[in-house]
Amino acid sequence: MKDFAFATVAELSAALAARQCSALELTDAALAKIAAAQPTLNAFVSVDPDGARAAAKAADAARAKGEGGALTGIPIAQKDLFMTEGLRTTCSSKMLANFVAPYDAHIVTALKQAGTVLIGKTAMDEFAMGSSTETSFFGIVHNPWQPEAVPGGSSGGSAVAVAAGLVPAATGSDTGGSIRQPASFCGITGIKPTYGICSRYGMVAFASSLDQAGPMARSAEDCALLLTAMAGHDVRDATSLPHPKEDYSRELAQPAAAKPLEGVRIGLPDAFFGDGIDAPVLAAVEAALVELRALGAATVPVSLPNIDYSVPTYYVLAPAEASSNLSRFDGVRYGHRAAQYTDLFDMYQKTRAEGFGDEVKRRILVGTYVLSHGYYDAYYLKAQKVRRLIADDYQAAFAQCDVILGPTVPTTAPSLGAQMQDPIQMYLNDIFTIGANLAGLPAMSVPCGFTPNGLPIGMQLQGPYFSEARLLNIAHRFQQATDWHRRTPKETRHA
Amino acid sequence: MALSQNEIQRVAHLARIKIDDAILPRLQQQLDSILDMIDALSKINTDGVAPMAHAQPLALPLREDRVIEPDRRDHYQQGAPAVQDGLYLVPKVIE
Amino acid sequence: MRERTWEVVIGLETHAQLSTASKMFSGASTAFGAAPNTQASAVDLALPGVLPVANVGAVERAIRFGLAVGATINPTSIFARKNYFYPDLPKGYQISQFEVPVVQGGGLTITTSTGQKTVRLTRAHLEEDAGKSLHEDFHGMTGIDLNRAGTPLLEIVTEPDMASAEEAIVYAKALHALVCWIDICDGNMQEGSFRCDANVSVRRPGEPLGTRCEIKNLNSFRFMEKAIEFEVRRQIELIEDGGRVVQETRLFDPDTGETRAMRSKEDAHDYRYFPDPDLPPLMIGADWIARVARDMPELPTAMAARFIADYALPAYDAEQLTASLAFARYFETAANIVGKANAKTVANWMIGELSAALNRHEISVENAPISPEQLAALIARVQDGTVSNKGGKDVFEALWQSGARDDVSAIDRIIAERGLQQISDTGALEKMVDDVLAQNPAIVAEVRAGKEKAFNSLVGQIMKASRGKANPAQVNALLKKKLG
Repeated sequence: MKDFAFATVAELSAALAARQCSALELTDAALAKIAAAQPTLNAFVSVDPDGARAAAKAADAARAKGEGGALTGIPIAQKDLFMTEGLRTTCSSKMLANFVAPYDAHIVTALKQAGTVLIGKTAMDEFAMGSSTETSFFGIVHNPWQPEAVPGGSSGGSAVAVAAGLVPAATGSDTGGSIRQPASFCGITGIKPTYGICSRYGMVAFASSLDQAGPMARSAEDCALLLTAMAGHDVRDATSLPHPKEDYSRELAQPAAAKPLEGVRIGLPDAFFGDGIDAPVLAAVEAALVELRALGAATVPVSLPNIDYSVPTYYVLAPAEASSNLSRFDGVRYGHRAAQYTDLFDMYQKTRAEGFGDEVKRRILVGTYVLSHGYYDAYYLKAQKVRRLIADDYQAAFAQCDVILGPTVPTTAPSLGAQMQDPIQMYLNDIFTIGANLAGLPAMSVPCGFTPNGLPIGMQLQGPYFSEARLLNIAHRFQQATDWHRRTPKETRHA
Repeated sequence: MALSQNEIQRVAHLARIKIDDAILPRLQQQLDSILDMIDALSKINTDGVAPMAHAQPLALPLREDRVIEPDRRDHYQQGAPAVQDGLYLVPKVIE
Repeated sequence: MRERTWEVVIGLETHAQLSTASKMFSGASTAFGAAPNTQASAVDLALPGVLPVANVGAVERAIRFGLAVGATINPTSIFARKNYFYPDLPKGYQISQFEVPVVQGGGLTITTSTGQKTVRLTRAHLEEDAGKSLHEDFHGMTGIDLNRAGTPLLEIVTEPDMASAEEAIVYAKALHALVCWIDICDGNMQEGSFRCDANVSVRRPGEPLGTRCEIKNLNSFRFMEKAIEFEVRRQIELIEDGGRVVQETRLFDPDTGETRAMRSKEDAHDYRYFPDPDLPPLMIGADWIARVARDMPELPTAMAARFIADYALPAYDAEQLTASLAFARYFETAANIVGKANAKTVANWMIGELSAALNRHEISVENAPISPEQLAALIARVQDGTVSNKGGKDVFEALWQSGARDDVSAIDRIIAERGLQQISDTGALEKMVDDVLAQNPAIVAEVRAGKEKAFNSLVGQIMKASRGKANPAQVNALLKKKLG
């Protein structure tokens, strides 16, 4: 078999169709690469060789009969907050360190039905709370571009698994930027769809009104293939949108014109180009804009006047919802239970003190506080109102443009440990991504350059509700004209 | 808004998280900086703005009243910390 | 009576389990009595990643209730999370409704010993039940059964409109009858389908409301009465001894007849309610309400009024007959067969014989072994003189034993088999009368001398000779004629 390391899903799909490789070979290769990379990158919490091989054989059998689709036989990884029946699902927390999921999440079922081969579960910030994957109970995860840099988070393990070529694609979840920020830090492509497009059933909740699953891959084209499989109405999630099934690849197949983005108006909010952005990041995004204009797009200034408040809004709403969502981890029915306790109350308080890490505990405390008697109006209700203002700002902006563009993050990946001392600095780095979660809008990160010392830079595209196909097409046209997304981290390239 | 250590313990009690006194000063400082950050919200005028609880303006979907769940007790109790006779065991509850 | 110097103020919160097949937010069965945790689905267990999906049947029952009490059905209502830790509450929060409930306002009119009164309802909201803690000894531990967790509840909250334990009990009974009548709750109090919390306070007349205590989980009317009476006495004694009532949640102990403070409610002051992000607003359109209204049964008060008007029944009878929808329907079926003119006879049989038999056998009218058609046929046989009133009662008893509920011809068969028909044949009767007169010349002489008693003795002898089958009225008439 030829070396398919760093091949895209689309390329692997074509190779499988052309019998240039089998799903089993791809799976074995992925398992070998994960085993080799695990000591240095630590991207995976669990790997399922037996399940993966069985699924790969089934995929090969299906393809042999002329059945299956584009994703049949493609190895993928699942972020470890998606329930995978029979497989450990830990949320990278001590609380669930030995929890074997008794059922499959909706998107896990959907991706299995599409023929993908589930290789394993990727590390994350504990319960998706964090921006560096450093809060994982299972140890630090390293950025393949620079081992002393963080991979971003919370979907850091998925970003690393794709960026290091261990799997061609993985899933993530995004509550305040948890797909887009690690995608940006690791030089891959990731999309958070419109809230309600991917069912949340079986995705362990962090902040229910903000959480949304999405794919992380090497290209927009791959993201489109995965999202097509993952999206769809699910009656088990009351917030799942009754939106008709879409083929998110449909615009991508059209032949490339000289100016494929003719007529596309890209909005540039001043707030996304202000102070506090690292110079190389700003330069890379400006360069990407030049490229996009060359492809036919027009740029227009837009305003998101309340976007600066998105971080404080988020850090009221998300902890509030989280404090309630995480109450079920009480040591009664599953998960960790303290070994020593004096009574019921003591069992609760020790179980939760031991089972949760510091960042999770901090957010539970903040969330409990802002919901508690006497503070609800000042914090929670106020934040819900500001959320409305921010969502309205986006609607006003989209009256003037088709998509909004800016850096995904003001910086590139910081060094390991740099932010753990200062949670506020970590929170503020979510400034550009949070708005899309608050408003429920689709948004994606697309690689658009590197710093002089080789760290990836991502740009973010945000669009109106249900504009995923358009965002993916814009990113795809950009990726047809550039090769940022095809660069690979030399350190981890395997023979 | 500063949070006293007593208040932190009150909140921790509500959240059922044991906080050792030794870490209280540091925790107090971290929580204060977070609350300082979110206090920025008080600067915005939100008069007449309807709170936004959901990302999408959906109406509650309703499911048919039908029993569709089989008994999966053994499956669900496999990883339970303590069970006996099909019951989850907890330290004695005093009502 | 020192209570005279005190006013009692009571408000009730009733948890009525809604009679849906499946749970409020999951597809697990709500059936009572299954083996522990066999009806606890992933959603009921709050496994990581599960989500609630609301049951249309529960919402429809809430609408039915709102219509029955003349309340407003809110076009938009909100599910909220009530956060507290308890082992029988798997999510660490209960999904309930807080600021905007599905049903608002309305009232229930009750009749007590002091007259009629309307208890105003504040609201009724949908929520989910908790599981059960089993305190039997599991090596010093408590066992948790989550079969009940997630069962839909309608929490019905009154204004503090009741002034005595009696009023509270009458209200609770009326509410119980109503939720059963409109078929939203099975009303089974032993199984916990209908449970009340009583908010009780006392004050001296003219003073502002006193501090209230909430007595939780009163699952029988008798306990409710005892608990309220104890609590009222406790509060009055406390205040008169110079103490102060502390707002708290209390539990009634049926063994001691006392209430005591609950320890598990320490977080009660801070439930951190917020709108449940998993559940968009519940929208109820006017068309849905209209559809439910169309299918509503006639309500008990309206039906009682109609019975008085249409069947010329006394108010007491109408009230008794509308104690339950099944009883009322039984009456109407029988009354329509025997005709409106004889409806009062049906009422007498039902309030007398039938009710007594139902009580004796502890069964509900739905399960009575005598159908309304049979009762109507039996009444017809009494009225046409085939059997005497007493004979009719014998037929009733025999019918009850036979259990042939659908067989109307069973009445005539029983009359024939047991020889219960009255002798109405004048010739046969005349012969019997003549025989008795001939055998008792002395008594005949006494009658002729004007002795009432002697006449009755003759009647008795004739009835005896006929073995009870003679029609007493006919015997009387014949005797009078013969003794002229």
